Amino acid sequence: MSQARETLEKVFREEHGRIVATLIRILGSFDLAEEALQDAFTSAASKWEQEGTPSNPGAWLTTVAHHKVVDAIRRDKTRNEKQEEVAFESTRLQPFTETELREETHEYPDDRLRLIFTCCHPSLVREAQVALTLRTLGGLTTTEIAHAFLVPEATLAQRLVRAKQKIRLAGIPYEVPSLEVIGDRLAAVRAVIYLIFNEGYAASAGQSLIRNDLCAEAIRLGRVLCELLPNEPENMGLLALMLLQDSRREARVNEEGELVTLEEQDRSRWDAAEIAEGMRLVQAALSLRRVGNYQLQAAIAAVHAEAKHADETDWRQIVALYGELLRITSSPVVALNHAAAVAMSEGPEQGLRLLEAAGGSGDALQNYYLFHASRADLLRRLNRLDEAATAYTTALSLTTNLVEQNYIRRRLEELKRKQ
Amino acid sequence: MKYMLLIYHDEPSWNAVPEAERQQIYGEYRNLRTDLQEKGQYVTGSQLQPISTATSVRVRDGKELITDGPFAETHEQLGGYFLIEAKNLDEATAIAARIPSARTGTIEVRPLVETAAEATA
Repeated sequence: MSQARETLEKVFREEHGRIVATLIRILGSFDLAEEALQDAFTSAASKWEQEGTPSNPGAWLTTVAHHKVVDAIRRDKTRNEKQEEVAFESTRLQPFTETELREETHEYPDDRLRLIFTCCHPSLVREAQVALTLRTLGGLTTTEIAHAFLVPEATLAQRLVRAKQKIRLAGIPYEVPSLEVIGDRLAAVRAVIYLIFNEGYAASAGQSLIRNDLCAEAIRLGRVLCELLPNEPENMGLLALMLLQDSRREARVNEEGELVTLEEQDRSRWDAAEIAEGMRLVQAALSLRRVGNYQLQAAIAAVHAEAKHADETDWRQIVALYGELLRITSSPVVALNHAAAVAMSEGPEQGLRLLEAAGGSGDALQNYYLFHASRADLLRRLNRLDEAATAYTTALSLTTNLVEQNYIRRRLEELKRKQ
Repeated sequence: MKYMLLIYHDEPSWNAVPEAERQQIYGEYRNLRTDLQEKGQYVTGSQLQPISTATSVRVRDGKELITDGPFAETHEQLGGYFLIEAKNLDEATAIAARIPSARTGTIEVRPLVETAAEATA
């Protein structure tokens, strides 16, 4: 790949969200904005190849995209019934120069914020929110998103078409929501970003446990969110949580592609830079004294990150953090983790008691492979080997991820040798 | 944009609401309508007679078929509607949330097809 081409692809990816967000505001259409940007990309490819990369590639792409928009509107003008509107758009678009554009971008630093809220609007289904966020804000291609989520490309393309159609026909606004609802909307945005991260981190099906590009993309989106809405502790908490989890990426899977538990991971392979950044963010977030779900999860990850060896882990602190998390979320999965932490801090017996209490409160956990895998681990440590084997077998039947399946199979074989 | 707010509720439980409470709810409906009228957002709206009064009409092979009952037996029944004018979906859903029946039933928010050009674009 030529250098110009490489720069172009990098810029395209980095600037996609920013440019497309501004174009959507001006054009009032996701499709027109994407088309204009795609055209600009094609122009840039040939121009940069011949004349070298411009000094400010991002602004260059934006300017060219705007010109493409003007051209497209002029071309359409004869066919379009809404001539007056078009005339308005043309005059609106005409005067942009490179400098003006930069000022324009500076004046409206929140275009990406509008975009993020529109993509994650609650009237779109979660799959559509995710696809739209990755496509527009992340600049991923339809093919890339389809591969990442293991869905046929046609399905993904259709999902995007429907979402954009709904935005247009139902009048989903392109604006930052009002103060009354912004809290809920922001929670939905974070949920979308974290879902993208998790899909990358623990792929729910297929061969590879981690699809790194989705993790990287989620972290990038998390950074954008922190940049756009600073001093929002849960945004920092989310970014910190993702960084701290991502720091263990290299150690989480061994050479054979097998899952390595937190206890068994080679901690020298953890990413020190990500840990340092994550820790700083957790502290900054907690100092704002508006504690929340992501901050607590990040704080738990930070306690793990602080321990040089698994046996140095401050389990009492982790138990306390999970206790707080359970108080604010009352989620069965948190109850499961709380029980596992208690098992580490106070012993497997106490842990198992809490775990079984959590499992008895509803069937959400009964269908969750980790519930059975955790229960099996505790039974094994209590030397109740037959029960442990049964629980591992149940866990095995509940996951489709090959790496997770192999992990459980290994544990089952170990048990057989002991029995 | 124009939005139709379709008010779905559970008829038997609505019928079981004591008269005093029902009058209070009707009052809330009147206040909402007045408020929308003052803001120029009210187009029209009405409560509907119960589904026991519903008749369905179909024309098949040129033959008119008239049957008793609503289009579909559902958990909640269409009990009324508002047709409103709103800037966007957020404004429409905010109005929908103020409909008293939103507390017990469901309000379906549907944008109207405003022009032929937009529908096919």
